[in-house]
Amino acid sequence: MQKNRLLFILATVRLHKLLKTGIMRRDVFQAIADPTRRAIIALIALQAMTPNSIADNFKTTRQAVSKHLGILTECELVKQESQGREIYYSLKIEKMKEIDKWLEQYRKIWENRFNQLDNVLSTIDRKKIE
Amino acid sequence: MNNNLQFDFTVDKSAKTVYITREFNAELPLVWDAFTKQEILDQWWAPKPYMSKTKSMDFKVGGRRFYAMVSPDGQENWQIQDYTSISPKTNFKYFSVFADKDENPHLPGSNWDLSFSEQDGITRVSITINNDSLERMEKMIEMGFKEGITMTLNELENLLLKLKK
Repeated sequence: MQKNRLLFILATVRLHKLLKTGIMRRDVFQAIADPTRRAIIALIALQAMTPNSIADNFKTTRQAVSKHLGILTECELVKQESQGREIYYSLKIEKMKEIDKWLEQYRKIWENRFNQLDNVLSTIDRKKIE
Repeated sequence: MNNNLQFDFTVDKSAKTVYITREFNAELPLVWDAFTKQEILDQWWAPKPYMSKTKSMDFKVGGRRFYAMVSPDGQENWQIQDYTSISPKTNFKYFSVFADKDENPHLPGSNWDLSFSEQDGITRVSITINNDSLERMEKMIEMGFKEGITMTLNELENLLLKLKK
């Protein structure tokens, strides 16, 4: 158990180092593509949690959960806060909203594109009748 | 726009796929032409104030459309569409990639599948866009985002008025 915990901490530290140096650049869509990461997001949306308490909810190893948290952190979807010896992870709501905003803009593009097509179609239609 | 016309837009992030369905108050052959003839495509494909500029288009299996989305300040975002399958007035598919001005593709790209059907003079178009990678999907949406902010409601109204004349 102690050995596992040590490995978990080492893996977390190593990942954060990698992330800091920019070796593993990620994007938000990659962050939310994985079902475990989506579940983590759902969990910490309700309350800030430590990596251990998050890991208790999954059958996967703590190392795997640590890796997912690392990815979410780099995508700036989650933030960390230290309380004593524990690190608490919570969701950055504003970043999640950003994703929705993007999609909404893309939706708008199509809406406008199709409205333009409506107009073009009615013009051509009329020409045919004339 | 006729509000009775259906418009569905869904994004499945995990499947890296965008689904779009829209109905048009026009007969199928006309809508088909609007999607497959360059002179009509360039009239509506780019959301204003962007302009669609097709440099070449050969609508046949193995053929290609090479075009740019031109921003109001003249910046050209080139794209390639390679037609992979065509069933006249029913369906066509193409592989789309961003490119440079010399027609060099920037992989990865996305696979587009467009289906057409008509009922009572209303034509329904269903589009499925499947991206090779999440980065590509993010880029596609990012481009849409850029175009989206450039486009203001006023500019759109002006365009509608002009087209109605």
